[in-house]
Amino acid sequence: MKILVTVKEVAEVEDEFEISGGDIAEQYLEYDLNEWDDYAVEEAVQISEDVDDVEVVTATIGPERAEETIRMALAKGADRAIRVWDDDLEADSYLDVDSKAELLAAVVEEEAPDLVLTGVQAGDEANGATGVTLAEKIGFEWAAVVNQLDLDVEGGVANVHRELEGGVEELTEVESPAVLTIQSGINEPRYASLRGIRQAQSKPLDVKTLGDVGLDASVLESSLNQTDLYEPESEGDATVWSGDAEETAGELAAFLRDKGVVEA
Amino acid sequence: MSDVLAITEHRRGELRDVSLEMVSAGRDLADQTGGDLHLAVVSGDVDALADDVNREGADAIHTVEYGEEFNHDVYTQAIEQLYAEVDPQFLLAPNSVNGMDYAPAVAEGLALPLVTDAIDLAYDDGLTVTREEYGGKVETTIDVEEDHAAVTIRPAEWPQAEGTGDAAIEAFDADIDESEIKSTVTGYEEVAGGDVDISEADFLVSIGRGIDEEENLPLIEALVEATDATLSSSRPIVDNGWLPANRQVGQSGKVVTPDVYIAIGISGAVQHVAGMKGADTIVAINTDPNAPIWDLADYGIEDDLFDVVPALIEEFGGEVPDL
Repeated sequence: MKILVTVKEVAEVEDEFEISGGDIAEQYLEYDLNEWDDYAVEEAVQISEDVDDVEVVTATIGPERAEETIRMALAKGADRAIRVWDDDLEADSYLDVDSKAELLAAVVEEEAPDLVLTGVQAGDEANGATGVTLAEKIGFEWAAVVNQLDLDVEGGVANVHRELEGGVEELTEVESPAVLTIQSGINEPRYASLRGIRQAQSKPLDVKTLGDVGLDASVLESSLNQTDLYEPESEGDATVWSGDAEETAGELAAFLRDKGVVEA
Repeated sequence: MSDVLAITEHRRGELRDVSLEMVSAGRDLADQTGGDLHLAVVSGDVDALADDVNREGADAIHTVEYGEEFNHDVYTQAIEQLYAEVDPQFLLAPNSVNGMDYAPAVAEGLALPLVTDAIDLAYDDGLTVTREEYGGKVETTIDVEEDHAAVTIRPAEWPQAEGTGDAAIEAFDADIDESEIKSTVTGYEEVAGGDVDISEADFLVSIGRGIDEEENLPLIEALVEATDATLSSSRPIVDNGWLPANRQVGQSGKVVTPDVYIAIGISGAVQHVAGMKGADTIVAINTDPNAPIWDLADYGIEDDLFDVVPALIEEFGGEVPDL
Protein backbone atom coordinates (compact mmCIF):
# COMPACT_ATOMS: atom_id res chain seq x y z
CA MET A 1 0.00 0.00 0.00
CA LYS A 2 1.20 3.47 -0.84
CA ILE A 3 0.23 6.72 0.90
CA LEU A 4 1.03 10.03 -0.75
CA VAL A 5 1.19 13.06 1.55
CA THR A 6 1.24 16.54 0.08
CA VAL A 7 3.68 18.67 2.00
CA LYS A 8 3.89 22.44 1.67
CA GLU A 9 6.52 24.77 2.94
CA VAL A 10 4.75 27.88 4.18
CA ALA A 11 5.95 31.31 5.12
CA GLU A 12 5.25 32.74 8.53
CA VAL A 13 5.22 36.50 8.93
CA GLU A 14 7.08 38.22 11.73
CA ASP A 15 5.12 40.50 14.06
CA GLU A 16 6.42 43.61 12.33
CA PHE A 17 6.74 43.54 8.57
CA GLU A 18 6.76 45.65 5.43
CA ILE A 19 5.14 45.10 2.08
CA SER A 20 7.07 45.84 -1.07
CA GLY A 21 6.21 45.12 -4.68
CA GLY A 22 2.85 43.64 -3.79
CA ASP A 23 4.24 41.07 -1.42
CA ILE A 24 5.61 40.79 2.09
CA ALA A 25 9.30 41.64 1.98
CA GLU A 26 11.42 38.48 2.15
CA GLN A 27 13.34 39.46 5.28
CA TYR A 28 10.11 39.31 7.36
CA LEU A 29 9.33 35.72 6.38
CA GLU A 30 10.34 32.50 8.03
CA TYR A 31 9.72 29.18 6.36
CA ASP A 32 8.41 26.05 7.96
CA LEU A 33 6.48 22.85 7.29
CA ASN A 34 2.77 23.71 7.01
CA GLU A 35 1.20 22.89 10.38
CA TRP A 36 -1.71 20.87 8.94
CA ASP A 37 0.65 18.88 6.69
CA ASP A 38 2.69 17.96 9.76
CA TYR A 39 -0.40 16.17 11.12
CA ALA A 40 -0.97 14.53 7.71
CA VAL A 41 2.62 13.22 7.65
CA GLU A 42 2.24 11.88 11.19
CA GLU A 43 -1.02 10.13 10.31
CA ALA A 44 0.61 8.45 7.31
CA VAL A 45 3.65 7.39 9.32
CA GLN A 46 1.44 5.96 12.07
CA ILE A 47 -0.46 3.91 9.47
CA SER A 48 2.86 2.64 8.10
CA GLU A 49 3.80 1.55 11.62
CA ASP A 50 0.49 -0.27 12.15
CA VAL A 51 0.05 -1.90 8.77
CA ASP A 52 2.56 -4.10 6.95
CA ASP A 53 4.17 -3.00 3.74
CA VAL A 54 3.15 0.66 3.58
CA GLU A 55 5.24 3.19 1.69
CA VAL A 56 4.85 6.87 2.58
CA VAL A 57 5.78 9.29 -0.20
CA THR A 58 5.65 13.07 0.12
CA ALA A 59 4.92 15.44 -2.76
CA THR A 60 5.84 19.10 -2.67
CA ILE A 61 5.57 21.98 -5.09
CA GLY A 62 8.39 24.27 -4.11
CA PRO A 63 11.86 25.69 -4.72
CA GLU A 64 15.12 24.19 -3.52
CA ARG A 65 14.74 25.99 -0.18
CA ALA A 66 11.76 23.69 0.56
CA GLU A 67 14.08 20.71 0.82
CA GLU A 68 14.82 21.57 4.42
CA THR A 69 11.14 21.15 5.18
CA ILE A 70 10.90 17.99 3.09
CA ARG A 71 13.88 16.45 4.93
CA MET A 72 12.00 17.15 8.15
CA ALA A 73 9.06 15.06 6.88
CA LEU A 74 11.52 12.32 5.86
CA ALA A 75 13.13 12.47 9.30
CA LYS A 76 9.71 11.88 10.84
CA GLY A 77 9.31 8.66 8.91
CA ALA A 78 8.29 9.29 5.30
CA ASP A 79 10.16 6.95 2.97
CA ARG A 80 10.89 9.19 0.00
CA ALA A 81 9.99 12.56 -1.43
CA ILE A 82 9.13 14.21 -4.71
CA ARG A 83 9.60 17.93 -5.30
CA VAL A 84 8.21 19.57 -8.43
CA TRP A 85 9.80 22.81 -9.56
CA ASP A 86 11.31 24.42 -12.63
CA ASP A 87 11.91 27.80 -14.23
CA ASP A 88 8.28 28.15 -15.33
CA LEU A 89 7.06 27.62 -11.77
CA GLU A 90 9.77 29.97 -10.47
CA ALA A 91 8.54 32.68 -12.86
CA ASP A 92 4.86 32.22 -11.97
CA SER A 93 3.65 34.94 -9.63
CA TYR A 94 0.41 33.38 -8.39
CA LEU A 95 -0.17 29.64 -8.30
CA ASP A 96 -3.90 29.11 -7.92
CA VAL A 97 -5.69 26.09 -6.41
CA ASP A 98 -6.47 24.61 -9.81
CA SER A 99 -2.85 24.70 -10.98
CA LYS A 100 -1.59 23.20 -7.72
CA ALA A 101 -4.17 20.42 -7.90
CA GLU A 102 -3.29 19.78 -11.55
CA LEU A 103 0.40 19.43 -10.66
CA LEU A 104 -0.33 17.12 -7.75
CA ALA A 105 -2.71 15.11 -9.94
CA ALA A 106 0.16 14.47 -12.34
CA VAL A 107 2.27 13.17 -9.44
CA VAL A 108 -0.61 10.98 -8.23
CA GLU A 109 -0.96 9.58 -11.73
CA GLU A 110 2.70 8.51 -11.73
CA GLU A 111 2.71 7.19 -8.18
CA ALA A 112 -0.74 5.55 -8.11
CA PRO A 113 -1.16 5.76 -4.31
CA ASP A 114 -4.01 4.04 -2.45
CA LEU A 115 -4.53 7.01 -0.16
CA VAL A 116 -3.66 10.70 -0.38
CA LEU A 117 -3.42 12.82 2.77
CA THR A 118 -3.24 16.61 2.65
CA GLY A 119 -3.50 19.28 5.32
CA VAL A 120 -6.93 20.95 5.56
CA GLN A 121 -5.33 24.22 4.54
CA ALA A 122 -2.00 25.99 4.38
CA GLY A 123 -1.04 28.57 6.96
CA ASP A 124 -0.13 31.20 4.38
CA GLU A 125 -2.76 31.35 1.62
CA ALA A 126 -5.39 29.34 3.48
CA ASN A 127 -7.41 28.36 0.43
CA GLY A 128 -8.47 25.08 2.03
CA ALA A 129 -9.43 23.68 -1.35
CA THR A 130 -6.49 21.88 -2.96
CA GLY A 131 -7.24 18.44 -1.49
CA VAL A 132 -10.85 18.20 -2.63
CA THR A 133 -10.01 19.72 -6.03
CA LEU A 134 -7.28 17.11 -6.42
CA ALA A 135 -9.70 14.32 -5.50
CA GLU A 136 -12.18 15.42 -8.14
CA LYS A 137 -9.43 15.69 -10.77
CA ILE A 138 -8.11 12.17 -10.19
CA GLY A 139 -11.49 10.54 -9.61
CA PHE A 140 -10.78 9.60 -5.96
CA GLU A 141 -13.39 9.79 -3.23
CA TRP A 142 -12.61 12.31 -0.49
CA ALA A 143 -13.38 13.73 2.94
CA ALA A 144 -12.52 17.23 4.14
CA VAL A 145 -11.55 18.26 7.66
CA VAL A 146 -10.81 14.81 9.05
CA ASN A 147 -9.90 14.68 12.75
CA GLN A 148 -10.05 10.91 13.23
CA LEU A 149 -9.12 8.17 10.80
CA ASP A 150 -9.60 4.43 11.08
CA LEU A 151 -8.46 2.73 7.92
CA ASP A 152 -10.00 -0.61 6.95
CA VAL A 153 -7.34 -1.73 4.49
CA GLU A 154 -9.01 -5.07 3.66
CA GLY A 155 -12.44 -3.53 3.17
CA GLY A 156 -11.12 -0.58 1.17
CA VAL A 157 -12.90 1.88 3.44
CA ALA A 158 -11.69 4.81 5.48
CA ASN A 159 -13.84 5.43 8.55
CA VAL A 160 -13.40 9.09 9.37
CA HIS A 161 -14.66 11.71 11.75
CA ARG A 162 -15.11 15.13 10.15
CA GLU A 163 -14.88 18.01 12.57
CA LEU A 164 -17.95 20.17 12.04
CA GLU A 165 -18.58 23.50 13.75
CA GLY A 166 -19.73 23.80 17.35
CA GLY A 167 -18.21 20.66 18.86
CA VAL A 168 -19.99 18.20 16.57
CA GLU A 169 -18.27 15.49 14.56
CA GLU A 170 -19.67 13.71 11.53
CA LEU A 171 -18.94 9.98 11.17
CA THR A 172 -18.45 8.99 7.57
CA GLU A 173 -17.38 5.94 5.60
CA VAL A 174 -15.36 6.78 2.53
CA GLU A 175 -14.45 4.27 -0.18
CA SER A 176 -10.79 4.21 -1.10
CA PRO A 177 -8.79 5.26 -3.00
CA ALA A 178 -9.47 8.56 -1.31
CA VAL A 179 -8.05 11.98 -0.59
CA LEU A 180 -8.45 12.98 3.05
CA THR A 181 -7.74 16.52 4.23
CA ILE A 182 -6.34 16.30 7.73
CA GLN A 183 -7.32 18.65 10.55
CA SER A 184 -4.86 19.65 13.25
CA GLY A 185 -5.23 17.75 16.50
CA ILE A 186 -5.89 14.38 14.83
CA ASN A 187 -2.66 13.07 16.40
CA GLU A 188 0.46 14.31 18.10
CA PRO A 189 3.12 14.97 15.46
CA ARG A 190 6.45 13.56 16.58
CA TYR A 191 9.66 15.51 16.77
CA ALA A 192 12.28 14.38 14.31
CA SER A 193 14.85 12.34 16.21
CA LEU A 194 18.55 12.84 15.63
CA ARG A 195 18.68 9.36 14.14
CA GLY A 196 15.71 10.23 11.91
CA ILE A 197 17.40 13.42 10.76
CA ARG A 198 20.57 11.46 9.90
CA GLN A 199 18.59 8.83 8.03
CA ALA A 200 16.61 11.46 6.15
CA GLN A 201 19.78 12.65 4.45
CA SER A 202 20.06 9.39 2.56
CA LYS A 203 16.39 8.96 1.67
CA PRO A 204 15.47 9.62 -1.99
CA LEU A 205 14.31 13.13 -2.84
CA ASP A 206 13.48 13.37 -6.54
CA VAL A 207 13.26 16.77 -8.18
CA LYS A 208 10.98 16.87 -11.19
CA THR A 209 10.18 19.53 -13.75
CA LEU A 210 6.75 20.12 -15.22
CA GLY A 211 7.93 18.15 -18.25
CA ASP A 212 8.99 15.23 -16.05
CA VAL A 213 5.43 14.84 -14.78
CA GLY A 214 3.98 15.17 -18.26
CA LEU A 215 2.85 18.78 -18.08
CA ASP A 216 3.91 22.07 -19.60
CA ALA A 217 3.66 25.73 -18.61
CA SER A 218 0.05 25.91 -19.79
CA VAL A 219 -0.92 24.30 -16.46
CA LEU A 220 0.09 27.56 -14.77
CA GLU A 221 -2.32 29.71 -16.77
CA SER A 222 -4.92 31.12 -14.45
CA SER A 223 -7.98 33.29 -14.64
CA LEU A 224 -7.27 34.51 -11.12
CA ASN A 225 -4.87 37.37 -10.49
CA GLN A 226 -3.73 38.58 -7.12
CA THR A 227 -3.94 42.33 -7.69
CA ASP A 228 -3.20 43.74 -4.27
CA LEU A 229 -1.80 42.79 -0.91
CA TYR A 230 -1.95 45.17 2.04
CA GLU A 231 -2.22 45.39 5.78
CA PRO A 232 -5.89 45.60 6.71
CA GLU A 233 -6.96 48.82 8.30
CA SER A 234 -7.42 48.18 11.97
CA GLU A 235 -11.08 48.24 12.89
CA GLY A 236 -10.14 48.28 16.52
CA ASP A 237 -10.30 51.16 18.92
CA ALA A 238 -8.85 49.39 21.93
CA THR A 239 -7.72 51.41 24.91
CA VAL A 240 -4.11 50.24 25.20
CA TRP A 241 -2.59 50.66 28.64
CA SER A 242 1.00 51.81 28.44
CA GLY A 243 3.94 51.63 30.83
CA ASP A 244 6.00 48.79 32.22
CA ALA A 245 4.45 45.47 33.16
CA GLU A 246 3.73 46.54 36.77
CA GLU A 247 1.90 49.64 35.58
CA THR A 248 -0.15 47.95 32.87
CA ALA A 249 -0.99 44.99 35.13
CA GLY A 250 -2.10 47.56 37.73
CA GLU A 251 -4.41 49.21 35.19
CA LEU A 252 -5.88 45.86 34.19
CA ALA A 253 -6.32 44.80 37.83
CA ALA A 254 -8.14 48.05 38.61
CA PHE A 255 -10.34 47.54 35.57
CA LEU A 256 -11.25 43.99 36.60
CA ARG A 257 -12.13 45.12 40.13
CA ASP A 258 -14.13 48.01 38.73
CA LYS A 259 -16.01 45.70 36.44
CA GLY A 260 -16.77 43.50 39.41
CA VAL A 261 -15.42 40.26 37.92
CA VAL A 262 -12.60 40.01 40.50
CA GLU A 263 -13.21 40.70 44.16
CA ALA A 264 -9.71 40.07 45.46
CA MET B 1 -26.41 35.11 -17.10
CA SER B 2 -25.89 37.76 -14.44
CA ASP B 3 -27.75 35.84 -11.74
CA VAL B 4 -26.24 34.54 -8.52
CA LEU B 5 -26.88 31.05 -7.12
CA ALA B 6 -26.15 30.68 -3.40
CA ILE B 7 -26.16 27.34 -1.58
CA THR B 8 -27.69 27.22 1.89
CA GLU B 9 -26.67 24.92 4.74
CA HIS B 10 -28.54 22.98 7.40
CA ARG B 11 -27.75 20.36 10.00
CA ARG B 12 -29.98 18.01 11.96
CA GLY B 13 -33.13 19.72 10.74
CA GLU B 14 -32.02 23.27 11.47
CA LEU B 15 -31.04 25.94 9.01
CA ARG B 16 -27.55 27.17 9.94
CA ASP B 17 -26.94 30.89 10.49
CA VAL B 18 -24.53 30.99 7.58
CA SER B 19 -27.49 30.35 5.27
CA LEU B 20 -28.99 33.74 6.16
CA GLU B 21 -25.57 35.30 5.60
CA MET B 22 -25.51 33.66 2.16
CA VAL B 23 -28.76 35.50 1.37
CA SER B 24 -27.12 38.84 2.27
CA ALA B 25 -23.88 38.12 0.41
CA GLY B 26 -25.79 36.82 -2.59
CA ARG B 27 -28.13 39.83 -2.62
CA ASP B 28 -25.16 42.22 -2.44
CA LEU B 29 -23.53 40.57 -5.43
CA ALA B 30 -26.77 40.20 -7.44
CA ASP B 31 -27.42 43.92 -6.93
CA GLN B 32 -24.01 44.63 -8.38
CA THR B 33 -24.39 42.26 -11.35
CA GLY B 34 -27.99 43.37 -11.94
CA GLY B 35 -29.36 39.84 -11.71
CA ASP B 36 -31.58 37.70 -9.53
CA LEU B 37 -30.59 35.85 -6.38
CA HIS B 38 -31.37 32.13 -6.50
CA LEU B 39 -30.98 30.00 -3.39
CA ALA B 40 -30.60 26.24 -3.22
CA VAL B 41 -31.73 23.95 -0.41
CA VAL B 42 -30.41 20.41 -0.81
CA SER B 43 -31.54 17.43 1.33
CA GLY B 44 -33.46 17.43 4.60
CA ASP B 45 -37.00 18.74 5.05
CA VAL B 46 -36.54 21.02 2.06
CA ASP B 47 -39.94 22.74 2.21
CA ALA B 48 -39.57 23.81 5.84
CA LEU B 49 -35.95 24.86 5.27
CA ALA B 50 -36.93 26.83 2.15
CA ASP B 51 -39.63 28.66 4.11
CA ASP B 52 -37.09 29.47 6.77
CA VAL B 53 -34.52 30.90 4.35
CA ASN B 54 -37.13 32.83 2.38
CA ARG B 55 -35.96 36.25 3.57
CA GLU B 56 -35.90 39.68 1.97
CA GLY B 57 -33.63 39.69 -1.03
CA ALA B 58 -34.20 36.18 -2.32
CA ASP B 59 -35.81 35.92 -5.77
CA ALA B 60 -36.09 32.17 -6.19
CA ILE B 61 -35.49 29.12 -4.02
CA HIS B 62 -34.75 25.72 -5.55
CA THR B 63 -35.24 22.65 -3.43
CA VAL B 64 -33.63 19.27 -4.05
CA GLU B 65 -35.29 16.54 -2.04
CA TYR B 66 -32.79 13.72 -1.50
CA GLY B 67 -31.73 12.22 1.82
CA GLU B 68 -31.92 13.79 5.24
CA GLU B 69 -28.44 15.11 5.85
CA PHE B 70 -25.46 16.49 4.03
CA ASN B 71 -23.65 14.06 1.74
CA HIS B 72 -21.06 15.62 -0.54
CA ASP B 73 -21.60 13.17 -3.38
CA VAL B 74 -25.29 14.14 -3.46
CA TYR B 75 -24.53 17.86 -3.08
CA THR B 76 -21.95 17.79 -5.86
CA GLN B 77 -24.33 16.17 -8.34
CA ALA B 78 -27.35 18.24 -7.32
CA ILE B 79 -25.55 21.58 -7.44
CA GLU B 80 -23.86 20.89 -10.77
CA GLN B 81 -27.23 20.03 -12.30
CA LEU B 82 -28.95 23.00 -10.73
CA TYR B 83 -26.18 25.28 -11.94
CA ALA B 84 -26.77 24.07 -15.50
CA GLU B 85 -30.49 24.76 -15.11
CA VAL B 86 -30.28 28.21 -13.47
CA ASP B 87 -27.24 29.28 -15.51
CA PRO B 88 -26.03 31.89 -13.03
CA GLN B 89 -22.94 34.02 -13.42
CA PHE B 90 -21.65 33.29 -9.93
CA LEU B 91 -22.02 30.36 -7.58
CA LEU B 92 -21.69 31.08 -3.85
CA ALA B 93 -21.23 28.50 -1.09
CA PRO B 94 -20.40 28.87 2.60
CA ASN B 95 -16.76 28.48 3.58
CA SER B 96 -17.96 26.13 6.30
CA VAL B 97 -16.61 22.66 7.00
CA ASN B 98 -19.23 21.22 4.65
CA GLY B 99 -18.70 23.97 2.08
CA MET B 100 -15.03 23.01 2.03
CA ASP B 101 -16.16 19.42 1.42
CA TYR B 102 -18.17 20.05 -1.77
CA ALA B 103 -17.44 23.52 -3.23
CA PRO B 104 -13.99 22.63 -4.65
CA ALA B 105 -15.43 19.49 -6.27
CA VAL B 106 -18.34 21.43 -7.77
CA ALA B 107 -16.01 24.15 -9.09
CA GLU B 108 -13.77 21.50 -10.62
CA GLY B 109 -16.74 19.63 -12.11
CA LEU B 110 -18.13 22.82 -13.66
CA ALA B 111 -14.65 24.10 -14.67
CA LEU B 112 -15.23 27.30 -12.69
CA PRO B 113 -12.40 29.28 -11.13
CA LEU B 114 -12.71 29.02 -7.35
CA VAL B 115 -11.89 31.68 -4.78
CA THR B 116 -12.35 30.64 -1.17
CA ASP B 117 -13.08 32.34 2.14
CA ALA B 118 -14.19 35.69 0.71
CA ILE B 119 -14.64 38.59 3.12
CA ASP B 120 -15.81 41.05 0.44
CA LEU B 121 -17.12 40.88 -3.12
CA ALA B 122 -17.08 43.71 -5.67
CA TYR B 123 -18.31 43.58 -9.23
CA ASP B 124 -17.38 46.11 -11.86
CA ASP B 125 -17.12 44.46 -15.29
CA GLY B 126 -15.50 41.61 -13.41
CA LEU B 127 -15.46 40.09 -9.98
CA THR B 128 -12.93 41.14 -7.34
CA VAL B 129 -12.78 39.04 -4.19
CA THR B 130 -11.12 40.23 -0.99
CA ARG B 131 -9.63 37.57 1.24
CA GLU B 132 -7.13 37.21 4.07
CA GLU B 133 -3.75 35.49 4.18
CA TYR B 134 -1.15 34.71 6.82
CA GLY B 135 -3.69 34.28 9.61
CA GLY B 136 -5.35 37.63 8.94
CA LYS B 137 -2.17 39.70 8.92
CA VAL B 138 -2.70 40.77 5.31
CA GLU B 139 -5.61 41.15 2.95
CA THR B 140 -5.41 40.42 -0.75
CA THR B 141 -7.66 41.15 -3.69
CA ILE B 142 -8.15 38.51 -6.35
CA ASP B 143 -9.47 39.57 -9.76
CA VAL B 144 -11.38 36.92 -11.67
CA GLU B 145 -10.79 37.21 -15.41
CA GLU B 146 -13.52 34.81 -16.44
CA ASP B 147 -17.21 35.77 -16.52
CA HIS B 148 -18.19 32.88 -14.28
CA ALA B 149 -16.77 31.78 -10.94
CA ALA B 150 -17.43 29.95 -7.70
CA VAL B 151 -16.72 31.72 -4.42
CA THR B 152 -16.96 30.48 -0.85
CA ILE B 153 -18.08 33.02 1.74
CA ARG B 154 -16.53 33.36 5.19
CA PRO B 155 -19.15 32.73 7.89
CA ALA B 156 -20.18 35.68 10.10
CA GLU B 157 -18.77 38.24 7.65
CA TRP B 158 -22.12 39.32 6.16
CA PRO B 159 -25.23 40.18 8.20
CA GLN B 160 -28.04 37.66 8.44
CA ALA B 161 -30.89 38.46 6.09
CA GLU B 162 -34.08 39.42 7.88
CA GLY B 163 -37.74 39.97 7.08
CA THR B 164 -39.99 37.72 5.04
CA GLY B 165 -39.23 37.13 1.41
CA ASP B 166 -41.61 36.34 -1.40
CA ALA B 167 -39.31 34.15 -3.44
CA ALA B 168 -40.89 31.48 -5.56
CA ILE B 169 -40.08 28.05 -4.11
CA GLU B 170 -39.63 25.43 -6.79
CA ALA B 171 -38.69 21.77 -6.53
CA PHE B 172 -35.77 20.81 -8.74
CA ASP B 173 -35.73 17.20 -9.84
CA ALA B 174 -32.04 16.34 -9.71
CA ASP B 175 -31.02 13.06 -11.29
CA ILE B 176 -28.77 11.62 -8.59
CA ASP B 177 -26.64 8.70 -9.79
CA GLU B 178 -26.46 6.44 -6.75
CA SER B 179 -23.47 4.54 -8.08
CA GLU B 180 -21.52 7.78 -7.71
CA ILE B 181 -22.30 8.02 -3.99
CA LYS B 182 -19.14 6.64 -2.43
CA SER B 183 -19.29 8.17 1.00
CA THR B 184 -21.88 7.49 3.66
CA VAL B 185 -22.58 9.60 6.71
CA THR B 186 -23.26 7.13 9.50
CA GLY B 187 -23.88 9.48 12.44
CA TYR B 188 -22.86 12.40 14.57
CA GLU B 189 -20.99 12.68 17.82
CA GLU B 190 -20.78 15.52 20.32
CA VAL B 191 -17.33 16.36 21.61
CA ALA B 192 -17.15 15.38 25.28
CA GLY B 193 -18.37 18.11 27.59
CA GLY B 194 -16.17 17.48 30.62
CA ASP B 195 -16.67 18.99 34.05
CA VAL B 196 -16.51 22.70 33.15
CA ASP B 197 -18.87 24.52 30.82
CA ILE B 198 -16.93 27.56 29.60
CA SER B 199 -20.02 28.85 27.79
CA GLU B 200 -21.56 29.57 31.22
CA ALA B 201 -18.58 31.48 32.64
CA ASP B 202 -18.73 35.23 33.34
CA PHE B 203 -14.97 35.74 33.41
CA LEU B 204 -12.66 33.79 31.09
CA VAL B 205 -8.89 33.85 31.04
CA SER B 206 -8.02 32.38 27.67
CA ILE B 207 -4.63 31.34 26.36
CA GLY B 208 -3.16 30.76 22.92
CA ARG B 209 0.05 29.89 21.16
CA GLY B 210 1.85 32.72 22.93
CA ILE B 211 2.41 30.59 26.02
CA ASP B 212 4.92 28.59 23.94
CA GLU B 213 5.29 25.51 26.16
CA GLU B 214 3.08 23.30 28.30
CA GLU B 215 5.52 24.01 31.14
CA ASN B 216 4.24 27.61 31.16
CA LEU B 217 0.66 26.55 31.85
CA PRO B 218 1.02 26.80 35.69
CA LEU B 219 1.62 30.55 35.29
CA ILE B 220 -1.80 30.99 33.72
CA GLU B 221 -3.38 28.59 36.22
CA ALA B 222 -2.00 30.75 39.03
CA LEU B 223 -3.68 33.79 37.49
CA VAL B 224 -6.92 31.85 37.11
CA GLU B 225 -6.75 30.85 40.76
CA ALA B 226 -5.90 34.34 42.02
CA THR B 227 -8.79 35.91 40.09
CA ASP B 228 -11.30 33.07 40.41
CA ALA B 229 -11.61 33.02 36.63
CA THR B 230 -12.38 30.11 34.29
CA LEU B 231 -9.63 28.88 32.01
CA SER B 232 -10.23 28.53 28.28
CA SER B 233 -8.01 28.43 25.21
CA SER B 234 -7.67 28.70 21.48
CA ARG B 235 -7.33 25.66 19.28
CA PRO B 236 -3.54 25.01 19.30
CA ILE B 237 -3.53 24.49 23.07
CA VAL B 238 -6.13 21.72 22.72
CA ASP B 239 -4.43 20.28 19.61
CA ASN B 240 -1.25 19.97 21.67
CA GLY B 241 -3.13 18.11 24.36
CA TRP B 242 -2.33 20.73 27.02
CA LEU B 243 -6.02 21.30 27.80
CA PRO B 244 -9.09 19.11 27.13
CA ALA B 245 -11.42 19.84 24.20
CA ASN B 246 -14.16 21.27 26.44
CA ARG B 247 -11.92 24.32 27.07
CA GLN B 248 -11.66 25.29 23.41
CA VAL B 249 -13.26 28.54 22.28
CA GLY B 250 -13.97 28.88 18.57
CA GLN B 251 -15.76 27.74 15.47
CA SER B 252 -15.15 24.06 16.18
CA GLY B 253 -15.21 24.54 19.95
CA LYS B 254 -17.55 26.47 22.24
CA VAL B 255 -19.18 29.85 21.69
CA VAL B 256 -18.72 31.94 24.84
CA THR B 257 -20.38 35.13 26.06
CA PRO B 258 -18.61 36.19 29.27
CA ASP B 259 -18.63 39.68 30.78
CA VAL B 260 -14.85 39.81 30.44
CA TYR B 261 -12.64 37.76 28.13
CA ILE B 262 -8.88 38.12 28.56
CA ALA B 263 -7.10 36.80 25.47
CA ILE B 264 -3.51 36.04 26.45
CA GLY B 265 -1.11 35.28 23.61
CA ILE B 266 -4.00 34.70 21.23
CA SER B 267 -3.58 36.16 17.74
CA GLY B 268 -7.30 36.15 16.97
CA ALA B 269 -7.57 33.83 13.96
CA VAL B 270 -11.01 33.91 12.42
CA GLN B 271 -11.91 30.44 13.71
CA HIS B 272 -11.22 31.57 17.26
CA VAL B 273 -13.00 34.89 16.88
CA ALA B 274 -16.15 33.04 15.83
CA GLY B 275 -16.36 31.70 19.37
CA MET B 276 -15.49 34.75 21.47
CA LYS B 277 -16.66 37.90 19.74
CA GLY B 278 -19.87 37.84 21.78
CA ALA B 279 -17.93 38.65 24.96
CA ASP B 280 -19.04 41.89 26.58
CA THR B 281 -15.51 43.20 27.11
CA ILE B 282 -12.42 41.80 25.40
CA VAL B 283 -8.94 42.43 26.81
CA ALA B 284 -5.86 41.45 24.77
CA ILE B 285 -2.38 40.78 26.11
CA ASN B 286 -0.16 40.38 23.08
CA THR B 287 3.25 41.51 21.85
CA ASP B 288 2.21 41.59 18.19
CA PRO B 289 0.67 44.97 17.30
CA ASN B 290 -0.62 43.52 14.01
CA ALA B 291 -2.43 40.56 15.54
CA PRO B 292 -6.08 40.48 14.42
CA ILE B 293 -7.18 40.31 18.09
CA TRP B 294 -6.63 44.07 18.29
CA ASP B 295 -9.54 44.61 15.90
CA LEU B 296 -11.84 43.20 18.55
CA ALA B 297 -10.19 44.18 21.81
CA ASP B 298 -11.75 46.88 23.96
CA TYR B 299 -8.66 47.11 26.15
CA GLY B 300 -5.19 45.77 25.82
CA ILE B 301 -1.60 45.51 26.91
CA GLU B 302 0.97 45.37 24.13
CA ASP B 303 3.65 43.54 26.07
CA ASP B 304 5.14 40.14 26.81
CA LEU B 305 2.70 37.94 28.71
CA PHE B 306 5.61 36.54 30.74
CA ASP B 307 6.13 40.03 32.19
CA VAL B 308 2.49 41.06 32.51
CA VAL B 309 0.92 37.88 33.91
CA PRO B 310 3.26 37.56 36.93
CA ALA B 311 2.65 41.24 37.75
CA LEU B 312 -1.08 40.64 37.48
CA ILE B 313 -0.93 37.60 39.76
CA GLU B 314 0.88 39.71 42.35
CA GLU B 315 -1.77 42.45 42.02
CA PHE B 316 -4.31 39.92 43.23
CA GLY B 317 -2.11 38.51 45.97
CA GLY B 318 -1.44 35.23 44.22
CA GLU B 319 1.77 33.26 44.12
CA VAL B 320 3.85 33.35 40.96
CA PRO B 321 5.10 29.83 40.19
CA ASP B 322 8.71 29.14 39.24
CA LEU B 323 8.78 28.13 35.61
